[in-house]
Amino acid sequence: MTGILRRVGMTIGLPVLLLAAWWFASANSTDFFFPPLSQILESLVDEWFGPRLAADVLPSVLRLAAGYALAAVVAVSLGVLIGTSRTVRGVLEPVLEFFRAIPPPVLVPIFILLLGIGDGMKVVVIAFGCMWPILLNTVEGVRAVDSVLSDTARTYGITGAARLRKLVLPAASPQIFAGLRQGLSVAIILMVISELFAASNGLGFAVVQAQRSFAIAETWAGMLMLGLLGFLLALLFRVVENRQLRWYHGLRRAQRSS
Amino acid sequence: MSGSPAVVSPGSAAPVSDTDALRRAPRRRSMPSAVLGLIGLLALVALVEILPRIGVLPREFFPTSSEIGSSLADLVGQASFWQAVLDTLSGWALGLAIASVAGIVLGILIGSSRFTREFTASTIEFLRPIPSVALIPIAVLLFGSEIESKLLLVVYASFWQVLIQVLYGVQDIDPVAQDTARAYGLGRWARVRYLTWPTALPYVMTGLRLAAAVALILAVTSELVIGNPGLGKLLATAQSSGAIANTYAIVVVTGILGVLVNLVFRAIERRSLSWHPSQRAELPA
Repeated sequence: MTGILRRVGMTIGLPVLLLAAWWFASANSTDFFFPPLSQILESLVDEWFGPRLAADVLPSVLRLAAGYALAAVVAVSLGVLIGTSRTVRGVLEPVLEFFRAIPPPVLVPIFILLLGIGDGMKVVVIAFGCMWPILLNTVEGVRAVDSVLSDTARTYGITGAARLRKLVLPAASPQIFAGLRQGLSVAIILMVISELFAASNGLGFAVVQAQRSFAIAETWAGMLMLGLLGFLLALLFRVVENRQLRWYHGLRRAQRSS
Repeated sequence: MSGSPAVVSPGSAAPVSDTDALRRAPRRRSMPSAVLGLIGLLALVALVEILPRIGVLPREFFPTSSEIGSSLADLVGQASFWQAVLDTLSGWALGLAIASVAGIVLGILIGSSRFTREFTASTIEFLRPIPSVALIPIAVLLFGSEIESKLLLVVYASFWQVLIQVLYGVQDIDPVAQDTARAYGLGRWARVRYLTWPTALPYVMTGLRLAAAVALILAVTSELVIGNPGLGKLLATAQSSGAIANTYAIVVVTGILGVLVNLVFRAIERRSLSWHPSQRAELPA
C-alpha cells in the first residue's frame, strides 16, 4: 500500500507543485501577457474543449493522421525496396540524407506554390516532411537483417511476400518504429506550421488568430491544448510500439541481463 | 538477388536513428559508395534539369537545376545572403549552447539520485513531447521578432534531446566502478569528473548531434514564421515576391547547412570518443 502511495506521490508530486506555483504566482496577476491560470484554464475548457474541438482541433488531427499514414506507407515501402539492394542504397543514400537535412518547414512555401493552400497542401507537407526519418531508418533496418536468418530463409525456399512478412519487416521493425517516432514529432510540427501560413481552420490557425487579436488567455490555452495533443499522441505511440515490439524489448532485456 | 551481407543481428542492433551502423558493418563492395553516391547526386541534378524542360513538371513552379544554380551563384555574391547565413547560424549556435549546458548540468544533477529521477520523470515525460512550435504565439507576444523568440524555440526543442540522453547515460554507470570510486574515497566532484562524465559522454554526444539538427530546424522555422532575420526570412521574402529559382536555391542552402551540421557533429563525436573501448549502441530518444 505504501508502495503504491509512494509511486502516486512521485508521479504527481512535481506536476502538482508546479501547477500550484503557477496558480498562486499568477492569481492576482495584472500583467497583460501573464493572465491568471484560472482564466487560462477557463478558456481551455470553454473554448478548446467546447466548440473549437470539432471546428479546429479535429481538422488538424485528421490532416495529421492522413499525412502521417501516407508518409508511413510510402516510406516503409520505398525503404524496403531501397534497403534490399546494395547498389540502389549506395546511389540514393546521399540524396536521401540531403532531403532529410532540409528543415521541413522551409518546404511549406514551395508546396504552397505547387498545391495552393488547401487541405491537400497541408497533408502533402506533413507527409513529405516526416517521411525521411522513416525512410532512412527502414533502409537501415532492412540492410541489417541478420545474414544467418536471411540465408536460412533462402535455404528453406522462403521468398517473396512470405520472406517480407516473416523475416524482413519483423527484423527491421525496431528501426522502423524508431523512425516512426521521429517522424511523429516532425509531423506535429508541420501540422502547426502548415496552418500558420494559410488556413481557415485548425489548431495552429486558431492559436495564431488568438495571438493576433491579443486574446492572451486563449493563446495560452491553445498552447496547453497543443502540448496536451503532443503528449497524448506520444503516449498512444508508445502503447502501439510496446505492443508491436514486445518480443524485441524482451529479447533486449534477456541479452542485457545475461 | 543476394541478401545483404551485414553482420548486425536484429537483436544486437539498437534501433539507431541514423546510419552509424553502416560504417561499422564490414561489407564487400563492387564499387566504392562514394562513387555510387556521386552518381545518385548527379542523377538528381540531371532529373531536375530535364523534367521541367520536357514539361513533365510544370515549368513555372519547377526551375531547372541550372536556373537554381545560377541564382545560388547570385546569392553567394550578395552580402545580405551571408548576413542571413550568419544570423541563422548565430541563433542556432547560441541556442544550442544554452540548451546543451542546461541539459548536461540538469541531466547529471537529476540523474545522479534515484529520488530526483523518479520525482521528475512524469514531468519530463509530459513536457518533452510538447511541440516547440506551440511556443510560437507566446514567443511572438513576449519578444516579437527579436532574437529571444528564436532562442526560446531553439532552446526548448534541443534541450530535451540533450537532457534525455544525459539521463540515460548517467544511469549507465557501472555499479562496480561506482563502489570502487567510493571505496577509494573519491569525492562527489571527482566522481562526476572521472566516472559519471566519461560514462555519459557517448550519450551526451548523441544528444548533442540530435539537438544540433533540431536546433537548425527550429532556427530556420522561427525566421520563416516569426520573421527573425536569417535564411528563413530570406526564403519567405523570395517566395512572396515570386522569385521561384531563388526560393529553391535557399532551400538547397538550408539542406547543405543541415548536412554540414550533421557531418561536423559526427566528426566531433568520433574524435571525442576515440578513447572509448567500444562504440555503445545509442538508446532511442
